Amino acid sequence: MNELIHKKENKTELMAQDQLRQYLTFQAGNENLAISILDVKEIIEINTITDVPMTPDYIRGVINLRGNVVPVIDLSARLGRESSEITKRSCIVLVQVEYNEDAQLLGMLVDAVDEILEIPEANIMPPPDFGADIRTDFIQSMGRVGDEFIILLNINRVLSIKELSQLKQVTEYDAGSTNKETNFAALN
Amino acid sequence: MSEINPALETFSQEVDELLTAMEDALLVLEATPDDADCINSIFRAMHTIKGSSGLFGFDDVVAFTHEAETVLDRVRNGERAIDAELVAVLLACKDHTAQIIQHFLFNEGEPLPEELQQQSQALIAQLTGQSATAGGMPSTQEEKTDHVEVDPNTSDSSDNWVISLAFKSDALRNGMDPLSFIRYLQTLGKITEVIVTMPTIPRIEDMEPEDCFLNFKIAFNSNADKKTIEDVFEFAEDDCDICILPPNSRQEHYLQLLANMPEDNLKRLGEMLIEIGALTEKEVANILHEQREEENEEPKPIGEMLLEKNILQQPVIEQALKKQESVKQKINKESNYIRVDAAKLGYLINLVGELVISGAAMRLMVDKHGLSDVDDVASTMSHLVEDIRDTALQLRMVQIGETFTRFQRVVHDVSKELGKQIQLQITGGESELDKTVVEKINDPLTHLVRNSLDHGIETPAERVRAGKPEKGTIQLNAYHDSGRIVIQISDDGQGLDSDRILAKAVDKGLVKPDQALSQSEIYNLIFEPGLSTKEEASNLSGRGVGMDVVRRNIEALRGSVSVDSELGQGTTVTIHLPLTLAIIDGFMVEAQKERYIIPLSMVEECVEMSSDEWQIDDVQHYVNLRGHVLPYLRLGDFFHKNKKHTPTQRESLVVVRFGEAKAGFVVDELHGENQTVIKPLGKLFENLNGIGGATVLGSGDVALILDVQGLIQHAKKRVNPALALSAAV
Repeated sequence: MNELIHKKENKTELMAQDQLRQYLTFQAGNENLAISILDVKEIIEINTITDVPMTPDYIRGVINLRGNVVPVIDLSARLGRESSEITKRSCIVLVQVEYNEDAQLLGMLVDAVDEILEIPEANIMPPPDFGADIRTDFIQSMGRVGDEFIILLNINRVLSIKELSQLKQVTEYDAGSTNKETNFAALN
Repeated sequence: MSEINPALETFSQEVDELLTAMEDALLVLEATPDDADCINSIFRAMHTIKGSSGLFGFDDVVAFTHEAETVLDRVRNGERAIDAELVAVLLACKDHTAQIIQHFLFNEGEPLPEELQQQSQALIAQLTGQSATAGGMPSTQEEKTDHVEVDPNTSDSSDNWVISLAFKSDALRNGMDPLSFIRYLQTLGKITEVIVTMPTIPRIEDMEPEDCFLNFKIAFNSNADKKTIEDVFEFAEDDCDICILPPNSRQEHYLQLLANMPEDNLKRLGEMLIEIGALTEKEVANILHEQREEENEEPKPIGEMLLEKNILQQPVIEQALKKQESVKQKINKESNYIRVDAAKLGYLINLVGELVISGAAMRLMVDKHGLSDVDDVASTMSHLVEDIRDTALQLRMVQIGETFTRFQRVVHDVSKELGKQIQLQITGGESELDKTVVEKINDPLTHLVRNSLDHGIETPAERVRAGKPEKGTIQLNAYHDSGRIVIQISDDGQGLDSDRILAKAVDKGLVKPDQALSQSEIYNLIFEPGLSTKEEASNLSGRGVGMDVVRRNIEALRGSVSVDSELGQGTTVTIHLPLTLAIIDGFMVEAQKERYIIPLSMVEECVEMSSDEWQIDDVQHYVNLRGHVLPYLRLGDFFHKNKKHTPTQRESLVVVRFGEAKAGFVVDELHGENQTVIKPLGKLFENLNGIGGATVLGSGDVALILDVQGLIQHAKKRVNPALALSAAV
């Protein structure tokens, strides 16, 4: 049994090595980004996104994926940029992230999906220590494609459930709305 | 030697003899390891020394010999083989025993020197370490101490065990010393009276001097259980007829245990009585043996025999028989049931959920295309789907009674442990709710009950001083209320001290000192993290992590919890829970082009939001609804403050009720009832208040389900952060 598992691991490792250099490139917030193809479950076109109120901007809403409710994260907003406008080319990239040993399916709203690129190991560089305007822990590494560098995202950091579910901005959201007070004190 | 008193001198001689016998036997054992007589004599030596030492209060000797005895007992039962190594250790033990007894004899009252203590421990380790299952020893000791604490009411002087010993004529010849048993018995409790009878003694000229004619009747006061007492006479059982009648107070204890016995499978009378400790296995074996021996065609029932032999009082036997009967009945009833794997049921309910959604989709299509001839068929089907949904959910409904009854045991055990007298009253056990909810409510309930036991109910003395009955009462109650189940845990204990809670909350920075809080708001502060007012934490509750965990667990089930109390009179914790976590009847509304579902059970009425009929205060946001002040919330504005609001011509006011309170939601459009299959929103939204889940509509779109209570609280928090803490309205 153990041997079997071991073999299986070996196999996935082999596969991983083959595909490790394959990346899905896409655009979000006028920037070319990429994630490892292994993280991608599915790419779907946008139907309706139901807005979830009282959440930060980067939580775009929820969609119905074959009967299951899946949250959608606005990648551009998550990286600290403007919220994405939904256009004809907008897509949702479904990825699976780990949280407390559970896998959670998340949608990632991007402006456009480009292509699958193979980047040789030699062209992958460590992230710069500073200078990038994206949080450094979001960047897994930099890939060189031709003369350009493309940011390879660390999906488990960008879409960390632990961090996203803090809903920190909720309080900020609250603070901004003091002019529209509702008097529920009468309930007491 | 001359200075020791005569009793000690006899003791010392006895020990010398016993130890010598033990040494001899050990040496024989080395050659013939299976010699049962030798093993017995070694055991007897250790056992007797233990008993006699106990008599003189040489606790260290008792502790040490107890260990040796335990190991020897295992040897005797064939659980452990005798080998040269064990013999060597036992020899060392023998020497050591002699040493520590010498110490006590000549240095009366002085504690054992370090060196000897260490030696004791080393030997114990050698003895038990090899046997690896040394666990047997501490547990018996624990049991003993347990019982000493457990039954303070048995110390009544008239309330004694009655032990009858009838020694057979060969007893003395077999090396029994009746006195040694009686002496040893004293280590377990107090002998209040011993009556010696000699019913069989012949005339002096016919008397065989080595025969034993002594019978004893011993009134014995002890908290030990029957098995322990019987074990005292373990060696004597071949040479003596032993009968142990439990004291009257035990009867009550047995009756209670019988009442609490789970009714899940049929047991024989004997098994039941052994389980509650009224009989020992040996007694039952003897009785059964006798029953078989009897020549009668129809053997006597075992209960009758027990009575005849005076082993047990009548009420206990009657109660046991009654219990047996009720279990029989229950099992007969249960044969009408089918056991189904919960996973299969879960799968069925998921499928029904999907069916409901596709049903809605079909309905939508029929309406869209105006297919009037299909309409009837579709309606019939919708009704059937609704019925199937209800039946499927009903399958998973269980009565909460079973969960409640489990607390009888908790209350019984914990109250003894705490030295309090507490009874548990259960009402509304027949209220039904989803099994998945029941499973998850167990932990919070346990915590709340334990809290009441530990902090709520006072000790009997305190209660008497406060003019309350000595026995405290905890009530568990359940009932259905507007599509939810309400569970109440109340006690008649000391209640919550609002001043102390407030002081603590201020101390922890949860509230500001000058903040004006209502009494109920203060009580509900106990659900805040880190607030436990008990100065010392006990092993039951009181580490200040409890109540906020309780609230979190209950809120995770889309429920709510609140507390009410009166100082000196008691505390009531009320839990509101949804009946099911799968499918609900929903009421769909629309605000700012988004659709929301409000649980239908919470919707009281819907009225038009027009100032012609109601007096609306748009600044303070409340409406005068037929003379009642009803605060309201504009859902669209509240959820989408960034979007420009274009009020529709006809806004509606949905009046929702939760518990005692009411509020209104102003929405743009009403879409009516809708069967709502609850889909979890996932971990990402677990910190989001106000939204309870999502559902998929017939159109394939997702609509959010409002958590009315959470939403109102969230709104209140936004208006006045100071009120954020009040958990219940």
